[in-house]
Amino acid sequence: MKETTKQALADKLLAMADDELILGHRNSEWTGHAPILEEDIAFANIAQDEIGHAVIWMQLREALTGETADSLAFFREASAFRNTQFVELPKGDWAFSMLRQYFFDVWETILLKRLQSSAYQPIAEAAAKMRNEELYHLRHTTAWIKRLGLGTGESNGRLQRALNDLWPYVHQLFVQLPNETILVEERIAPDPMTIYHQWQEIVYPFIQEVDLKRPPNKTPPTTQRKEHTHHLTTLLAEMQEVARLDPKAEW
Amino acid sequence: MNSEPSLQAIWDALNDVPDPEIPVVSLVEMGIVRDVNLLSKRVEVTITPTFSGCPALKVMENDIKIKLHEIGIETVIIHTTLSPPWTTDWISDEARAKLKDFGLAPPARHGGNIELTFFDPVACPYCDSTNTTIKNSFGSTLCRAIHYCNHCQQPFEQFKPL
Repeated sequence: MKETTKQALADKLLAMADDELILGHRNSEWTGHAPILEEDIAFANIAQDEIGHAVIWMQLREALTGETADSLAFFREASAFRNTQFVELPKGDWAFSMLRQYFFDVWETILLKRLQSSAYQPIAEAAAKMRNEELYHLRHTTAWIKRLGLGTGESNGRLQRALNDLWPYVHQLFVQLPNETILVEERIAPDPMTIYHQWQEIVYPFIQEVDLKRPPNKTPPTTQRKEHTHHLTTLLAEMQEVARLDPKAEW
Repeated sequence: MNSEPSLQAIWDALNDVPDPEIPVVSLVEMGIVRDVNLLSKRVEVTITPTFSGCPALKVMENDIKIKLHEIGIETVIIHTTLSPPWTTDWISDEARAKLKDFGLAPPARHGGNIELTFFDPVACPYCDSTNTTIKNSFGSTLCRAIHYCNHCQQPFEQFKPL
């Protein structure tokens, strides 16, 4: 593999892994605090799945760069993370967390389906592995968005506020990485714009169906994955605390 | 050590390693052990995760090593593969019966499209009634869902089709 392709691939794997890891960690903050016990269990499961996906992407990257998943997760500063701000925003209320997960699930099921035909075999294999798990997430969050949107004035109002707040950020998922065109040309990864169009085809009518008003499209606060909000720093302080206390500990 | 165990002896030993989360079935019956290679002075075992975030995977690796050490194999190398992706379709009929006895409704076979199973009623493992309701598609472990039997009024878990 050419050096430029290898670098682009490592960057793409890191971006995908960091989105999964940070969202998984955010979701895990609901453990013990979800509105009902069943949901506590469900969302903890979803969080665990996403962190599992992060590990898989990081392991594929390790084969290229030698950096381990643990070193990436626990010993990087915020500035070295390549997740979107969309996933690092605080968990907010239940409507916010559910809507964010729904948007992510739609995006990920489309992406994984496309990655199943990646020219890079390890990605194609991993995508096939993850996709069925993701279908359970999507079914679950779709049901929640319906429940909240079509529920009471209170639940619909909260969901609408979450939509207004998340709308500029969610578009960060579809921004192409600086060197991603190499991967598109070599059929290793799909063009993010085509994922965006498929995402719109699912999300736009659904927003209408659940009585929400789609806000006007705005440019995301940043399109750079190296720029983060201060929320990532506080998240990492908690997530990395134990590992950093004793970096040589054997688990 | 007198002689190295045969390949069959190794598979038999692995068939005694229970699934850490569902101890009534073995890793072999669950389709988690994919391949065993007997090389001079070492054994290579290839396993595949059920759910990709399954925290039991490390435990399984350890349990396999301990079991193979017991039958006299010193060096055990464990490989993990994601392909072909593990599916509940690989769970043997015998293991399905054991899951049911354990109180865990076995997963329906789906031939690769799990969405086909989403609307099928799940039979209660206690009374076999299909008058059941799904309460939560997520359960106490990544691989389980929670249902309720309207006939015998018993909540039960199901091994989720994957």
